[in-house]
Amino acid sequence: MIPNALQVRQLSMSFGTHLVLDRIDLDVSDGEFLSVVGASGCGKTTLLRLLAGLIVPTAGEMVALGRPISGPSRERAIVFQDYSRSLLPWRRVWTNVALAYEVRGVPYKERRGRAYALLERMGLGAVGEYFPGQLSGGMQQRVQIARCLAQEPRVMLMDEPFGALDALTRQSLQDEIARLAAQQRVTVVFITHDLEEAIYLGDRVVALSPNPGRVAEIVRLELPRPRHQLTTREDPAFLGARHRLFNLLVGP
Amino acid sequence: MARNRQAAGWRAIGSLRGVAIPALLLALWEAGAALGVVPEDTMSRPSAIAVAGWRALWDGSLVLATIQTFQCALIGLALAAMIAIASGVLIGLLPALEAVVGPTLDAIRPVPAVAIIPLALLIYGFGVRMEVLVVTFACVWPILIVAVSAVRGMEPRLMDIARTLEMSLAARLWRIVLPAVLARIAVGVRVSAGIALVVAVTVEIVLNPQGLGYSLTVAAQSLHPDLMWAELLWVGLTGWAFNRLLTMIDRRWLWRFHAWAGA
Repeated sequence: MIPNALQVRQLSMSFGTHLVLDRIDLDVSDGEFLSVVGASGCGKTTLLRLLAGLIVPTAGEMVALGRPISGPSRERAIVFQDYSRSLLPWRRVWTNVALAYEVRGVPYKERRGRAYALLERMGLGAVGEYFPGQLSGGMQQRVQIARCLAQEPRVMLMDEPFGALDALTRQSLQDEIARLAAQQRVTVVFITHDLEEAIYLGDRVVALSPNPGRVAEIVRLELPRPRHQLTTREDPAFLGARHRLFNLLVGP
Repeated sequence: MARNRQAAGWRAIGSLRGVAIPALLLALWEAGAALGVVPEDTMSRPSAIAVAGWRALWDGSLVLATIQTFQCALIGLALAAMIAIASGVLIGLLPALEAVVGPTLDAIRPVPAVAIIPLALLIYGFGVRMEVLVVTFACVWPILIVAVSAVRGMEPRLMDIARTLEMSLAARLWRIVLPAVLARIAVGVRVSAGIALVVAVTVEIVLNPQGLGYSLTVAAQSLHPDLMWAELLWVGLTGWAFNRLLTMIDRRWLWRFHAWAGA
């Protein structure tokens, strides 16, 4: 039996006396696309940083692919919302992507080839020699995703990755990330405050309630893949999930 | 095209404008000396200064003195940069360390660099090493302060990335921390470069019998104001050229390490 990609048991996190996350239980199966929604301040980002191993929980257990999470790992890549601060501005686009190969000691020619292959796949083949600051926001976010793919993760943790992008760019990146996740068979935990985005992308949506952050509801989505920006969003199942989650998060 | 040429013309006139005042002063100075208004025993006339400077350049004495001074200034600056960058990065990364060494550093820092000249003389005697020691002492501080604050001000996200990629400590320092702080440290190095020259010349004037500072003293004491003036102008010129060189290096090689790179 394939172990769960992520297993979270009674996970609590407080900063000082402020309880941010309260006894979270969560299972993410291998290859699943899990969306997490919640109002701002309900601990979504904290949850993601915990899963990444960047911070240590106050209580509870986290297991990734059968092994307890004790710190950051290449297996779990994290895509941050603020792409401009998450790229190394002094490196060219392709060397940003090749960072993970460099750390593993891949020789120059090979890592250049592999970085460019990833960039091609993200539609960035033409800007490999640019610096991140020369690219638009959407392209910078693509570079960050490519950099994370280069570390060949089993789990991608995405923290409102498209929150700062315009609507059209956001939609095309949504489709791209859905396609990539399916192709790479990578597990995705996707945090967003955009309910429709969560439903559109997810196999399941976890709704967090604030103060302290708790799992309020988990909704499984029976929407066919590949999804389509128009027809999926008009699907009765989509609308049903939207109603339910909207009432839960915003109130009727 | 025409507009470009016109703009270039304006720029040429603009740069000429900056020369107008020195040229006028030199002319007045020369005329004053010729009329006997300006005392020539302290204020040699420009033509005499030019001749003395040309001679000193030609017989090699000025070149030798320049090499001696710059040798000490550059070695001192390089040593200071290495010490300050290494310890600055360390202190910046380990706040606990600052609590330990911070007070000591704060106590040593206000000591004027020239005040340790006697100590340097006791340790090394006359020569390059004592001068280098004083220059190093003076140059460490600006770089150290900038390095510490640059490391502190680093984007914390970069460390998250390093940790997620399971980078070794060496990789973190070399691939993340140093590139992130390089541009700001370069500013500290440029500040210290100016200080290095000042201190080197000071040590030579006060004590150390070599270099431009010593030549200046000798010229003045042997009543050769023309040579002294020539050397004075030369010191200014070389200092200016040195600063320009560092600025050019910064622009040509370090631009990508500035936060605004490519934007």
